[in-house]
Amino acid sequence: MQDNHKVVEAYERGWLIFGLAMILVFIVIISYTVLNRGETISRGAGQIDVATVRTTSPFANPRVEQVGGEYVAYVQAFAFGYLPAEIKVKKGVKVTFYITSPDVQHGFYVEGTNINPQIIPGEVTKLEYVFKKAGTYRIVCNEYCGISHAQMFGKIVVEE
Amino acid sequence: MAVRTLSHVDVYAGYPEKKVTLYMLMLGFFALLLGTFFGPLQALNYGGIDAYPLLKPLVQSYYQGLTLHGVLNAIIFTQLFAQALLVYLPARELRMRPNMTLAWISWWMAFIGLGIAAIPLLGNAATVLYTFYPPLKGHWAFYVGAAIFVLSSYVSIYLVLDLWRRWKRANPGKITPLVTYLSLTHWLMWFLASLGLVVEVAVFLIPWSLGLIEGVDPLLSRTLFWYTGHPIVYFWLLPAYVVAYTILPKVAGGKLISDPLARLAFLLFLLFSVPVGFHHQFADPGISSGWKFFHTVLTLMVAVPSLMTAFTLAASLENAGRARGGKGLLGWIRALPWGNPVFLGPTLGLISFIPGGAGGFVNASFPLNQVIHNTTWIVGHFHLQVATMVTMSAMGAAFFLIPHLTRKPLVGIGYARASQWLWFIGMNLMGFALHWMGYLGVPRRAHISEVASQYQGAAPFMALNAISGVILFVAAGFFFYVIFATALQNRRLPEAQTPEIPFTEVVSGPEGNRVAQLTDRVGFWFAVAVILIVVAYGLPLIQMFTSLNPVPGMRLW
Ligand code: HEM
Ligand SMILES: [Cu+2]
Ligand SMILES: [Cu+2]
Repeated sequence: MQDNHKVVEAYERGWLIFGLAMILVFIVIISYTVLNRGETISRGAGQIDVATVRTTSPFANPRVEQVGGEYVAYVQAFAFGYLPAEIKVKKGVKVTFYITSPDVQHGFYVEGTNINPQIIPGEVTKLEYVFKKAGTYRIVCNEYCGISHAQMFGKIVVEE
Repeated sequence: MAVRTLSHVDVYAGYPEKKVTLYMLMLGFFALLLGTFFGPLQALNYGGIDAYPLLKPLVQSYYQGLTLHGVLNAIIFTQLFAQALLVYLPARELRMRPNMTLAWISWWMAFIGLGIAAIPLLGNAATVLYTFYPPLKGHWAFYVGAAIFVLSSYVSIYLVLDLWRRWKRANPGKITPLVTYLSLTHWLMWFLASLGLVVEVAVFLIPWSLGLIEGVDPLLSRTLFWYTGHPIVYFWLLPAYVVAYTILPKVAGGKLISDPLARLAFLLFLLFSVPVGFHHQFADPGISSGWKFFHTVLTLMVAVPSLMTAFTLAASLENAGRARGGKGLLGWIRALPWGNPVFLGPTLGLISFIPGGAGGFVNASFPLNQVIHNTTWIVGHFHLQVATMVTMSAMGAAFFLIPHLTRKPLVGIGYARASQWLWFIGMNLMGFALHWMGYLGVPRRAHISEVASQYQGAAPFMALNAISGVILFVAAGFFFYVIFATALQNRRLPEAQTPEIPFTEVVSGPEGNRVAQLTDRVGFWFAVAVILIVVAYGLPLIQMFTSLNPVPGMRLW
């Protein structure tokens, strides 16, 4: 029994070292991805007054602009849809999204990509993405926002 | 005055704490019964089958049912189970009686709070889901009822602190007994963890829902909610770990391998449970990537006590299997008491916790989280954790607790066994299906059967999800039959045959152990936990409180 006890303790130490090593590896990988591929992750671009989102620039006029060689998209996620109803961009060109909501919280999950920010009224979300394939991407609201939440879709058209 | 007949013996005469424990437990299972009812309907929804038109007069929408499912299962049932188990077990271990007046006050607060919150929930006036993110605005009675309900847990915290203090005074210099130590750290952790929710509801949501303030800041509300919302999962989990550490080895026929390690695991939960909530806000604007990264690292640290638990429990079960004559590399597994439902519940729960935990690493990995944020992957993950590990441990515990508390023998042991296997199979199938669907991008919290043709790509997994919902419906039927038939029958065993609580013995105890002695400095560790929280949350919270951006409420359901 005493010997057995020693064996168990040795295994246990091994297991904990394995666990800690695994966690360390994860932290390294996570740091690497955040530093090098972090631009798709939602970031704050300041606060905004919800009462005036629909009437003042830039979100009063939801649009995709070409700035230099890149795109900037100003998007409203509202109950229950997105504006502009269709976001048109070219493949291989960087798109910077600014997104906010005039009412409640929404999602902005672009199928087939890692774009998946939380849209919070009063906050502007910013993220960057380069679409590598042409085609039509669907935007799905994945935050409960009311009775027609499941029918809240949007569209991004990526042209050659 | 009614006359006491001889047949109406008072089983609680010597043990009034048994009665309040039974009431807590059964109120919790009653909440679970109502909440679970919607589960299979949700599983059918995610299979493309819409049963909600049939419920129309009673339940107005999918989202009303989902709110009831989340609130009753995740908030009400879990807290009541903790209040039943982790006040009663330390009292039994220390052979002391908790303050009975306060114990009943805690039950009444829970009951009244639940009743008040139930009115708007059932009336479709608070269909805001169990996370109630503003600016969706529920009826004030929902927030008030929820607050009274949660505050009843503070009475439980006090009850255990009081037991512990009395015991320490009577036993100066002695190390706290194991079950009491685990319960105490659990309650202290919950005290720290609950503060976010309490501030959110008391300072912002109640005045707002009453019309006293115009708006609330949605980002700050989310932050306060998830300050509590992550550690709350450990608040749910630790009662299951108490069952696994202090009951299961005995039920399996063996001993717990190490008492100090169990203490150490719970101490790590006290330290690391709270300062990790930003991992639920990886996708949020308004919190810098640096803070999100810091919480990622702390989150990964909370995996350590669970990894320790996995080892200790597996070793303890092997010890049990060998004590029962199991031989060879794996023979000990067959030798375990697979026919005993008390053993089945926590053990099958623990097995499901392995894939559940692995998925948790994905969720916690800041960049990877974007792939699965708010998809059914998350739902798959926490059904393996809270709806399997925690719930099955509670079910296993119910199979010995109800007979112990009432002296009524367990009814329908075959149904009890079947319920555990079916729950295990159903949840693992559903977990698998939901993970895949989520990976394919199917959103969570969506009445997708309205638009089922939109998710053709996930069709096979959606079908599997519907099937597992049916299996779980049967499992739940068997389980609730067993516990309510047991509790409501008239048969009682004679006093001498009261089933004992199967407290486990340990192979290596705490006496003279350095780790055990260090962990017993509870006040010191509590202070360390507070400092960690201030470091992880102080600055972001100050920033949010000083730049409030209130938003008016809305009802969109
Ligand atoms: C018969 C057993 C059960 C089934 C079939 C089931 C099924 C489901 C499904 C399919 C969802 C996703 C709904 C959606 O996102 O729209 C869900 C949500 C949820 N379930 Fe369960 N469930 C069961 C039992 C439980 C138990 C025992 C618990 C906790 C103790 C639980 C806690 C939750 C929570 C917290 C949610 C999230 C609610 C929300 O997103 O607001 N479930 N359940
Ligand atoms: Cu939505
Ligand atoms: Cu969490």
